Amino acid sequence: MAHEHKLSIFRGLVTFKNNQQKIWGVLLFLSIVTAIEVGLGITKPEFLMNTSFPGMKPLNWIFIILTLVKAYYIAWDFMHLRDEKASLRRVVVWTPVFLISYLVTLLLFEATYVYEIFNTTFMTWNF
Amino acid sequence: MDTSISTAKDENVWGGGDQQPLRASYGKLMMWFFIVSDALTFSGFLAAYGFSRFKFIETWPIADEVFTHVPFFHGNYPMYYVAFMTFILIMSSVTMVLAVDAGHHMDRKKVTFYMLLTIIGGAIFVGSQAWEWATFIKGDFGALETKGGRILQFVDIETGERVALRDFTIENPNETAVYHESSKGIWFFEGDKPSTYSLEEVKAGFLADESVTIRTEQIIEGEKKVLSREDAVAKLADAAIVVEGANLIRNEYGSRLFADFFFFITGFHGFHVFSGVAINVIIFFNVLMGTYDRRGHYEMVEKVGLYWHFVDLVWVFVFTFFYLV
Repeated sequence: MAHEHKLSIFRGLVTFKNNQQKIWGVLLFLSIVTAIEVGLGITKPEFLMNTSFPGMKPLNWIFIILTLVKAYYIAWDFMHLRDEKASLRRVVVWTPVFLISYLVTLLLFEATYVYEIFNTTFMTWNF
Repeated sequence: MDTSISTAKDENVWGGGDQQPLRASYGKLMMWFFIVSDALTFSGFLAAYGFSRFKFIETWPIADEVFTHVPFFHGNYPMYYVAFMTFILIMSSVTMVLAVDAGHHMDRKKVTFYMLLTIIGGAIFVGSQAWEWATFIKGDFGALETKGGRILQFVDIETGERVALRDFTIENPNETAVYHESSKGIWFFEGDKPSTYSLEEVKAGFLADESVTIRTEQIIEGEKKVLSREDAVAKLADAAIVVEGANLIRNEYGSRLFADFFFFITGFHGFHVFSGVAINVIIFFNVLMGTYDRRGHYEMVEKVGLYWHFVDLVWVFVFTFFYLV
């Protein structure tokens, strides 16, 4: 069992005195990120809503990136991946990342295709 | 490689020697196996949700308009309650990680205390989810469904605010809906439960009230399309059924798949939280009884902790893809 903890986050920008402090620090960070997400979700700033920068509104991209940031800190600090061997970390992270991005890419392309079919062919669905 | 057989009597050693693969104990590694496979299951669900959403990208319900309720408060508060739930779950993750940390220091009192807080946090979350489900199933405004399965909602023609069926429907005292109960005929036949208002009553009320119009499912520049009064009156002819609340077949919020995915994904996650609380309770009593003191280490708390954080991690994604995006 790894008893020693790595106490730096943000690539060494912030270093905590002990593990408890690090936990509260990460909580603060996660809360701030959640607050930003909720704030953006409620206000929906105009300039992030109108364009459809690659495939989606920029606001949605922001949400997804912030989610991945949150996931990173939950896995690294709460699940102690930061303190594990690099090989365990890679096995746990890259396997799902590869499989999920593969599945999501295929399904979303397929869904876009189905949407096109609904819209461009002689098919009535709104009656 | 060291191939000599170890004689050390350490419980955490894998069969065959002292060399721990990936320097993690057997139990912890198996927990990681489970977490990775469970993560793939959840992402399968979320990817299917993404598929359906992209398929109906122009007509999908807007989450902000669906989840607007906060317990004990009336009015329109999009997202606040879900944000609160998210915070509760992150908070219980923190108390869990503090319990693990106290376990490393063999501090039984602190582990007990933090485990208790974690269990309470989990219970609050499951309770909140039950409330969300109840609100979602009960519905708020009511809507009409057309023959093609599209949902027609009602809005105020001036303000664009939602109008509930009860606000404009004219009840017809002569019309009494009788529905077929299993007690009044063949026992295995039962009709659909009648809605509060019949289709005819809603139609009559709509035609009488000039201030109400219909909102369709279609999204144009982030807003649902509102029909003009003439178009709305024409569209009313397509209506086939009154829909109140949500079930697995139809829901008043829009696309049928929306409610199905809501029940399925948040239900599956809620089930994970529930079992997480159950496992936490078991470990909590083990801690109380001093099982891990006698064992000499609190690794079991760490393993349950991994599961508990995973549940939190999944919620972060469900929150984003169901409520935010």
